Parts: sequence; C-alpha cells; structure tokens
Amino acid sequence: MNEALLISIVALIAATLRVATPLLLAALGETLTERAGVLNLGIEGTMFLGAMVGFVAAYYAGSLWLGVGAACLAGLLTGLLMSYLTVYLGVNQHVSGIGITLLATGLALYLFRLLFGDQQVPPQITPFPRLRLGNVFGVATPIFEQYALTYIALLLTPALWWLLNRTNFGLNVRAVGENPEAADVAGVNVFRTRLIAVSIGGAFMGLAGAFLSLAQLGAFTFGIIAGRGWVAIALVIFGNWTPGKVLAGALLFGGFQALQLRLQATGFQLPYQALLALPYLVTIAALALAGRNASYPAALLKPYSREA
Amino acid sequence: MLRLERQEAPAWFKTILPLLAVAVTLVIAAGLVLLSGASLADTYFYFFVRPLTTRFSLIEVLVKSTPLLLTGASVAFAFYSGYWNIGAEGQLYAGAVAAAWLGVVMADAPSLLAVPIILVGSALAGALWALPPAWLKTHLAVDEVVTTLLLNSVMIFFVSALLNGPWRDPVTNWPQSPTIAEVAQFPRLIPKTRLHLGFLVAVAALVFFWWIVSQTSFGLKMRAVGRGKEAARFMGVQVNQVVFKVALISGGIAGLAGAGEVAGIHFHLIEAISPGYGYSGIVVATLGNLHPLGVGLAGVFIGLIATGAQTASRALNVPSYLGDVIQAVLLLTTLAMFVLRSYRIRLRRVVEST
Repeated sequence: MNEALLISIVALIAATLRVATPLLLAALGETLTERAGVLNLGIEGTMFLGAMVGFVAAYYAGSLWLGVGAACLAGLLTGLLMSYLTVYLGVNQHVSGIGITLLATGLALYLFRLLFGDQQVPPQITPFPRLRLGNVFGVATPIFEQYALTYIALLLTPALWWLLNRTNFGLNVRAVGENPEAADVAGVNVFRTRLIAVSIGGAFMGLAGAFLSLAQLGAFTFGIIAGRGWVAIALVIFGNWTPGKVLAGALLFGGFQALQLRLQATGFQLPYQALLALPYLVTIAALALAGRNASYPAALLKPYSREA
Repeated sequence: MLRLERQEAPAWFKTILPLLAVAVTLVIAAGLVLLSGASLADTYFYFFVRPLTTRFSLIEVLVKSTPLLLTGASVAFAFYSGYWNIGAEGQLYAGAVAAAWLGVVMADAPSLLAVPIILVGSALAGALWALPPAWLKTHLAVDEVVTTLLLNSVMIFFVSALLNGPWRDPVTNWPQSPTIAEVAQFPRLIPKTRLHLGFLVAVAALVFFWWIVSQTSFGLKMRAVGRGKEAARFMGVQVNQVVFKVALISGGIAGLAGAGEVAGIHFHLIEAISPGYGYSGIVVATLGNLHPLGVGLAGVFIGLIATGAQTASRALNVPSYLGDVIQAVLLLTTLAMFVLRSYRIRLRRVVEST
C-alpha cells in the first residue's frame, strides 16, 4: 500500500479515537441512565458544567486528576438533582432535563465569569499528555498514542456491560427500567436504584466534559461542548441501549467528524456541516426504520409511583 | 395534625403556585448573587424593578418578550395536547431562514404585501420543520422528544452552512445573510424604538391559542388527547389527526418567532439569531401553566429577567448569565411545586392504627 495513504489512514484512526472519547463517555452515562428508565436531557449542560468545574479545579489545585475528580463530582451532583426531580417527585423527564441543561449551562457561565472576568484570551493550563503504549506498532504507532482518558473510556465500555449484565445492581437497573412494578414486588428499591443509576450516569457526563477541557483543549471555552450531548443522546438510540453498540456508534460518528476536520483542512468543497448533521439524521432514520419495534427500555419517561 | 392528602388542590392554590415558585427561586438565587459580592437588594432592584421604571427599558422588556411569547405559545400549544415538541428552537431558525430569503427576493413588492408574505412564509417554514417528527409520531409511533430535539441541531448546521456558503455577505465576508429590503422590515409599533409588529403577532398567537382551546371543538379534542390518548380514542377522537395538526401549528408559531427576529430586529440572518429562545419557550410554557394568559404573563416576566440581567450587569458588574440561572431555577422550582397541585393540606386528627 502507498506509504502516504497508510500514514493518513493511521492519522484518521488516531483522530477518530480522540474525537470519539467524549461522545463515548457521555453516551455510556446516558445508556446507564436510560436503562434505569430515565431520559436525561440534562446531558448537554452536565457536560458543560463538568468541563468548567474540571478546568477550574485543575487550574487552582494544579492537578489535572483532581480536576477530573471534581468534574465527576459535579456531574454526580447534577445527576442527583435530576433524579430527585424525576424519580422522587415524578416530574416530567424531558422538561426537567432541559431545565437541568439550562441550569448547569447558566451556572457554569456565571461562575466562570465571576472567577476569571471577561478576558479576551481564556486562561490556559497544560493539558494531559498523550501516552504511547509502546513503540512496537511501527507505522500504526499514532493509534496507540492517546490520552489516558481515552483508554479509560474504552475500558469503561466493557465495564458498563459487565455492570449491567453480570451484577445484581445491573439486574436491578434493567428491572426498574423495564418493569418497575414487578421490580418493586420483587423487593427492588425502584427509587434508590434509579437515583444511583442517574447519578453515576451524571458522573460519566461530567467526565466527558472534563476530557474536552483537560485533555483536548487545556482551556474552558463557551462553545466547548457544541452539541456533543445531543450527539450522545442520538448514539444511545443508535447503539440500541447496549455499551458495545454505543462504542461502535461513537467510533463511527467520531470517524465522520475526524474526516470532516481533515476535509475542511484540505479545502474540500462539500459543506462540512453536512457531515456534522449526519449523526442526527442517521439516528432519526434508524428510529424511523425501527418504528414501533425500537427497543426502548419499556419504562423510559414513565415516573414510578407506588400510589398510582 | 397537618396531613398531605392525594387529592386535587383547591383552585386558588394552583393559581398562586407560580408566584410561590418565583419566591423560592429568588431565595435560591440569592446565594449566587452574594457570591458576586454585589448587594442582594441592589441586584434584585436592577433585575425586577429598574427595567419597569423608564419608558425605554419598559419597551425593551416587551421587545425581549416578543420571541419568548411566541416560542412559549408554540410549546404550550403542543404540550397542552400531550405532544412534547422540544424543537421550537429549530422551527424558529426555519422561520428565520424563510424570512431572510423572502425579505430579499421581495425587494420590489409593496410593503403591504411583503410583510404578510413573510409572516405566512415563516410560519409555513416552521411547520415544515415540525413535519418529519409529527409524521414519524403519527405514522410510525416514533417518540417525538428525541426527533424534535435532534432536528434543532440539524437546522442550526443548515443555517451555518448557508451563512458560510451561498448567503455569506459578499461585501464584509461576514457569515450573515444580505440585509432584507426596507419594504420587508416589520413596521415599528412605537417610532424610534425596537418594538415591532412581531409583538402584536405574539399577542395574536396567544389570543388564537385561547380561542382554539376554549371556543372550538378542536380545543376540546386537544384537551382530551392531552389528558390521555387511550381515553380520547375511546371517546371517538381521531388522536393522530389532532396530534398531527397540533404539531404543525406549534411549529408554525415558533417559525413566526424567527420572522420577528429577522424582519423586526436584525434585518438579516445570523447564526446567533436565537440565544435559545426555543428552550426558554419551555420555561415560559411551564411557568404559564400551559394557559394562554399564564404564558403571556410568564413571557413578559422572562423578558423582564432578560432585560434586568443586562441592567444589573452594566450597573453592578454582576455577570448577565445570572439571568439564565434564574430562568432555569424558576423552571425547576415550578416543576417541583406543580407536584403539589395534586395534594391538599388537611388539618385533621389522625387515628392511630394498631
């Protein structure tokens, strides 16, 4: 094979993994959340807040990993608020999700402006370095030279599968997402199970945001999430609510975006927005094809109440 | 002792719930205000009172309310019938695209013709963008929440492609569409202010909403569908037909909001034509209890917050994003307090069961 072509294919795969990381992390969190029967449209705002909190913590504490932890915590708390509203109060999930996104976004912007004022150049930190797994891969080496968080995201995929399918907690999550009444009769605490799933899901979303501010950019900008949360929502559907297929979807959509960046750099004429819109259109098409047979968790969007 | 009973709350209590939510929101937001170092009394004065004290800022509140009233009416109209249209943002952009295009091609038309055509065209564009989710919902039973939400991003990418491609300003090279013709610009309601025809359109949309739900048989069907699709079907209502019409009308109203911003304020299309009016519409509709009058009051109130956020930012250096936070907290507290609608507080003796 042509050496130059090979190098550019390797570069494209390496970029795909980077672009896919935040999508994957957020979509894994949303998968866990939705499997428990809660649609969390707060995802876009939770990622934004995670990116901000992660950056600020790393900036002041001087530790990137502390930033990662803070971002997870911020996501966890956002998920906790979401689950309090939707699980315990039984409030409409999509409206409170949009509310959470508005709140987390507004809060992140407000606090960041309070801390740093209105600066022309946003404050910077030295981001995470990329870790090379070894030099044995020859021309493919760049593929194995990724951020630690990318490797973590890839490891979290089988971990989430294991959690959902091989543990008691996972069984409970699936039970309360499919048939909360039966789960309740069987002695599963529906409310607590949903609360834990939505909160852990929120932590994943916060982590996804932190990847962007602490690894990819080394800064927090107002356009940092740019709809990635909505792509993750699409990915979960596209991935049929299973971690493995969500990973495949994240790599596919990440591939589109990596390709788009490359094409844009070469001055290719097709409007790059068409490629950016592709994940959404593909997902809507997938929903249309699946129609009534889409394998939504049966209790998604339905608040559970013992009195009803 | 005091007891919560699961029973319809009295009507007066339901009416004051939004006011209670406002009070709780102000208490929660107080902590954030204090973080900024500004005085709480000053900040709330600049937010909620100051904009109402001068003629100019009072009109500015109405200007800011205009798109919010329209997206609020759009969302409330859909939610009232149990159709969860989260796509007002994209439908607004679709209307804005139509207005920007019609406003340029109708340069030679008389104003009396150009302005109504823009209104009709942008409403049709909004309805057109609401069509795919509505069709998928009624024909393939695809849930509308995700489809309407995802189409927002698609429309915004489309606008970005237009503005960075064929519509890019040839003179300045800025990503903004050519300025629309003077005949296409909405007339001012009060000379030398920014208050434009769109405000009257918004009021008309709310009156239309009120008329449909309270004076027509279609309104009765909407209510039946909103209360429960199965029961409505049992009563002989063509549920899918109602949902389909409601979805398109909702999209049309959101499209009008886009027309107002293009033909009444900016006179060209820009990517940032809406700072999230479609999502704020969800706040307005919820706070207004999906009632036309409530939506009207809530729209002006959110408009007041948006204006007040800028006043407070200029006067006290409190970041204007505080307005966004207050809006969001207000939505969440309203949602939480609405749970109380189905409870009554009773003073009664509890018989201990043994």
